Amino acid sequence: MKMDAWLLALLQALLYLALAPLLAGWVGKCKARLQNRRGAPLWQPYRDLYKLFAKEARMAHTASQLFRAAPYIVFAATWLATAGIPLLSTDLPTAAMADIIVIAGLLALARFFLALAGMDTGTAFGGMGASREMFVSALAEPAMLVAVFTLTMTAHSTNLAAVVDFHLASTNLLRPSYLFALGGLLLVAIAETGRIPVDNPSTHLELTMIHEAMILEYSGRHLALMEWAAQLKLMLYGVLLVNVFFPWGLARDTGIGALSLALATVAAKLLMLGAALAVVETVLAKMRLFRAPAFLNLGLLLALLGLFSHVILEVGA
Amino acid sequence: MTDALSWAGLAVGLALASAAISLLSARLPRVLRLVATPMFGMAGLAALTAGLLALLNGNVTTAELPLGLPWLPWRVRFDALSGFFFCVVGIVSFAVGVYAPGYVRGLERGDNSLPALGGFSGLFLTGMLLVLLADDAFMFMVAWELMSLSSYFLVPWRHDHAANRRAAFLYLLMAHIGALAILLGFGVLASFGHGFAFDAMRGADLPFAWASIAFVLAFFGFGMKAGLVPLHAWLPEAHPVAPSHISALMSGVMLKVAVYGFIRVLFDLIGDFHWQWGVAVLAVGSVSALMGVLYALMQHDLKRLLAYHSVENIGIIFIGLGLAILFLASGHKVIGAVAFVAALYHTINHAVFKSLLFLGAGAVLHSANERDLEKMGGLLRRMPWTGLFFLVGCISISALPPFNGFVSEWLTFQAALQAWQLDSGVLRSIVPIAAAMLALTGALAAACFVKVYGVAFLGQARSRQVRHTRRAPISMRVGQGILALLCLLLGILPTAVIGLLNSVPEQLLEQGLQQATANSWLWLTPVSARTASYGAPLVAVTLLIVLVLGLWVFGRGIRRVRRCNTWDCGFAPPSAAMQYTASAFSQPIRRVFGLLFHIRESVEVQDDGRPSHSLQVDDRAWRIFYVPLERLVESAARQVVRLQSGSIRTYLGWTLGTLLILLWVTA
Repeated sequence: MKMDAWLLALLQALLYLALAPLLAGWVGKCKARLQNRRGAPLWQPYRDLYKLFAKEARMAHTASQLFRAAPYIVFAATWLATAGIPLLSTDLPTAAMADIIVIAGLLALARFFLALAGMDTGTAFGGMGASREMFVSALAEPAMLVAVFTLTMTAHSTNLAAVVDFHLASTNLLRPSYLFALGGLLLVAIAETGRIPVDNPSTHLELTMIHEAMILEYSGRHLALMEWAAQLKLMLYGVLLVNVFFPWGLARDTGIGALSLALATVAAKLLMLGAALAVVETVLAKMRLFRAPAFLNLGLLLALLGLFSHVILEVGA
Repeated sequence: MTDALSWAGLAVGLALASAAISLLSARLPRVLRLVATPMFGMAGLAALTAGLLALLNGNVTTAELPLGLPWLPWRVRFDALSGFFFCVVGIVSFAVGVYAPGYVRGLERGDNSLPALGGFSGLFLTGMLLVLLADDAFMFMVAWELMSLSSYFLVPWRHDHAANRRAAFLYLLMAHIGALAILLGFGVLASFGHGFAFDAMRGADLPFAWASIAFVLAFFGFGMKAGLVPLHAWLPEAHPVAPSHISALMSGVMLKVAVYGFIRVLFDLIGDFHWQWGVAVLAVGSVSALMGVLYALMQHDLKRLLAYHSVENIGIIFIGLGLAILFLASGHKVIGAVAFVAALYHTINHAVFKSLLFLGAGAVLHSANERDLEKMGGLLRRMPWTGLFFLVGCISISALPPFNGFVSEWLTFQAALQAWQLDSGVLRSIVPIAAAMLALTGALAAACFVKVYGVAFLGQARSRQVRHTRRAPISMRVGQGILALLCLLLGILPTAVIGLLNSVPEQLLEQGLQQATANSWLWLTPVSARTASYGAPLVAVTLLIVLVLGLWVFGRGIRRVRRCNTWDCGFAPPSAAMQYTASAFSQPIRRVFGLLFHIRESVEVQDDGRPSHSLQVDDRAWRIFYVPLERLVESAARQVVRLQSGSIRTYLGWTLGTLLILLWVTA
């Protein structure tokens, strides 16, 4: 067993944990600047988490023990999911533990408990949020898997580290199928992380909430864990997009020099993606709930087109 | 006694004895609870032992029984495939045997026909075990009928409801149409193999056209019993009305016996694969999986919903089998074996978690006397153990790691992702569509079980009797606990399970799956370590460590949490009626997939001025498939009526004519 690789995997997982609030702060800052506001400082999410952890957690009379356990499960499953996606180096033993299908499964596990926690409070909003979340994700999950299948069938591996390694080694990166897969995955990422135009993370307007409706009754450390898990998920999708489709700069071993270069390039890529997300969120308005299926079907269609162009055009050629 | 076949014989004997002893319970009601059901459980245990021995030894044992026709004695054969299905039957029967005493106890008082319940349960188990043992078509059909008929008598066990009798009749009818198709399929094989023994059929050399006819007949017959769309309509009618532990046996095990029959006929007796068959099985499996889960989402009767999920899961099993046929037909034996093992793995997974869920539904029915989700709520606090075990079942069936449902779906995906190896571009694009449908099915199943668990076990009770639910008896909780533990073990130790399963593809396809478990027990690598790996034990342990660390760091142990009123954005304090209902939960999905259902929804104002909402979602299969068929049969019957003049001479004339024609044909 390569000890340094496992240590590096742990380091990457901790980096995800440490940087996720920063990415959320960056998106918020960009959005504020685009709207001619000054906006909260970049480290505001850290302050919020700190504040929430210090506060007392309260629980509704109607809630059961599942309500208490859910934040921990959601947080643990989401964090574990990030361990399978190479952040700095492709020499990642945890990617062999959890391949992309396991990552999708872990995210689904987190979502399952998030939705159950919403149902547990016995309020109309909680149920509404749970129903909508499961509805949106039911349409998003196939699109996500199909988009990823295009990559995995090209690289002949579902192990994301192996996929990225394959891309770094191959000279032919411009494949038509990838363009479609990228488009599909972008739409899925927007829906899954609860951003405009599918959901609005900053709304508490009753009839439009999805994610916020489920965590409405949470407070204190429970809320902090839920918020942190949401930020982790945003970063997870961000890294998935930038590192799998634009893998340049990633280290292929555990040397210090290569790793610092990788950290710099990944940070730059994520900053650009965050800025792009802020632009999208500023330009577009939130859709009605029943427009979301059209949005996600477009994602699935793009992903399927990618897969077909791969299995028909690229395999035979 | 280390011989697998003797253990199998012991299992059959115990099952029969359980049936016989149950007859005493007409006089002494306690006999059923104290003697017959434990015996039933022991029969399950013996079957499990027999199955495990057969899988471990990898031997094939045969014997000849002193029964049957003079020129066709009953022959039994016990190989790895039978052994695997013995394990499936054994595990569930054992858990049911543990669970049943608590369930039966409530029936001892009152006017319940206990001998019928115990007797037919025993015969049902006997029938299933004999089907798995049979080595000739004659014994197979006799055992098959024993299984179908004894379960038929269990469906209308509460025959005071007309709906139950109707469901039972439908079940009987469909079971026999299916049996007829199976019989014809055997007929094709027997005429080419010159004998009813399976050995003769194995040696038969069938031309493609006849092999296809045999395949279609077997697919139709076994698919009817397994509940594939569009032949599934009887299943959600019949399974839910039986007593709950029998529902568990029917959904968890009997459907698997149909899967066994299909595998035995196609993979063993015909033993020849063509891509056209693979496409057919894959298409029907995908459609069944998707339609099953969509219809399940629309149900609010808990047991009916679970029955529709059986349609979904049988669909997933057939997706695996379809992939196996496709890959084997094109010569990729290793991938074919992966897909085949994925189907087998899902078979045992579905048996375990679906039985667990049915037993849980039975515990709710027993304690709260309620099957309608819309009237449940808050059951987790009333019945914590049942709630916990039911949650395990929900996570497993939704295919979420680290539980068992995920492993088999992961394996199926892995097989599908090897589609690039296929030669034809059309096949290469069909397989990913099936994978996409499987992904959609999994996501919808998760939505459905959030609905089930959230509405039934979380929130507040929606009716008075549910508010005063008591705990289920201890035996019912233990029975569920065994299955819940198995869900976890099958989920985190896939390498051990596949190591056990390995002798099935070795015997049947002459292709083992050594590479899957080659990299120590921690890593499951179905194709190769680079292609895909899943460290199930590692994922489970890491998840646990992170959870405990999280509780320790952030929760600082488990601090008391103060309770307060629900905030709910500061509106009026919520009442039970304000919660989301099961119908409300699935409304978005109902709207998006509306074309697939036959929906009747109306809002009317009642006489007292209060609005009332009614919603009925019907299975389109009835209108598209069954109603035209029924009309056809009726009009054909009307034509046949013309023959019935009522005079005996005309009838004799018909008989004579038929005889002459038959003589002319055979001569």
